[in-house]
Amino acid sequence: MMRVDVVSFPGSNCDDDCVRVVREVLGGHARKVWHTETALDAPDLVIVPGGFSFGDYLRCGAIARFSPVLEAVRAFARAGGPVLGICNGFQILTEAGLLPGALRRNVGLSFVCQDVHLRVDGRETPFTHGVTAGRVLRVPIAHNEGNYFADDETLDRLEGEGRVVFRYCDVEGRVGSAANPNGAARDIAGICSEGGNVVGLMPHPERSAEPLLGNEDGRVLFDAVRTFLEARS
Amino acid sequence: MKGRVVVSLRTGVLDVEGKAIGKAIESLGLGPIGDVRVGRVFEIDLGDVPREDAEARLKEMAQRLLANPVMETWRVELLDPSHGVR
Repeated sequence: MMRVDVVSFPGSNCDDDCVRVVREVLGGHARKVWHTETALDAPDLVIVPGGFSFGDYLRCGAIARFSPVLEAVRAFARAGGPVLGICNGFQILTEAGLLPGALRRNVGLSFVCQDVHLRVDGRETPFTHGVTAGRVLRVPIAHNEGNYFADDETLDRLEGEGRVVFRYCDVEGRVGSAANPNGAARDIAGICSEGGNVVGLMPHPERSAEPLLGNEDGRVLFDAVRTFLEARS
Repeated sequence: MKGRVVVSLRTGVLDVEGKAIGKAIESLGLGPIGDVRVGRVFEIDLGDVPREDAEARLKEMAQRLLANPVMETWRVELLDPSHGVR
């Protein structure tokens, strides 16, 4: 049974959703890890969930990165453990230096809450294990600071190394500004670390992983990591 | 000793908020103007410490916390009461 630690900060609000997906959809073992804890519970996978950690004060994720639990997450990632940062979790991972770049305010200056289409791209990661590149998923976003930014050199490197793993696209999988909801550089919705084991994305797969929610596309990421973990063990 | 850390977007990084504010300024009839860059100001009371010490600490705060070097730059100002600066 897969064991998942879901990190929780003051202001996290998608932690329960992630726990539910692991327990109810994947039949795994999930527990929440409060941000003051200094150790993880030997997990197979760590999720840094969405929300408004520390009220989004200063910058999204800027204060969460100093939480004691982040050191444990960092060590887990360094050892090759799969880490998934969703929305605020993605912002936290960039602030913590586990992923490059930063998430800036949306170009439209508005909070955007809607379904978007994502094209699975780049190299295979634990969260896209066995998923055909080019596959289009419909997943919701809900953010004010989802505009991915990095300098051109970093963007070129990410693309060159196949580390752009999700891009905003239209229903046919075509990438272009009309399908980009927040102005993200090169239509980037999600990226991975150099080792490929740390993945961050702005969209919310945990909010679209059950038939009851009217959309199971987000389940693809969770099924992928389960298959990845089973193949590894 | 009080100090101020001013954080703003790096040159070349599109400031969409600044653009919107710039348009509002021009619609007030106060234009034409060039670019508007929006930043944040942190006024920090460092207590009774020597000037150099205060400056070094403000710089470290800016580097390690207040600014994100991926997209922002910062500068530090000391607010010295003896010189009549607020």
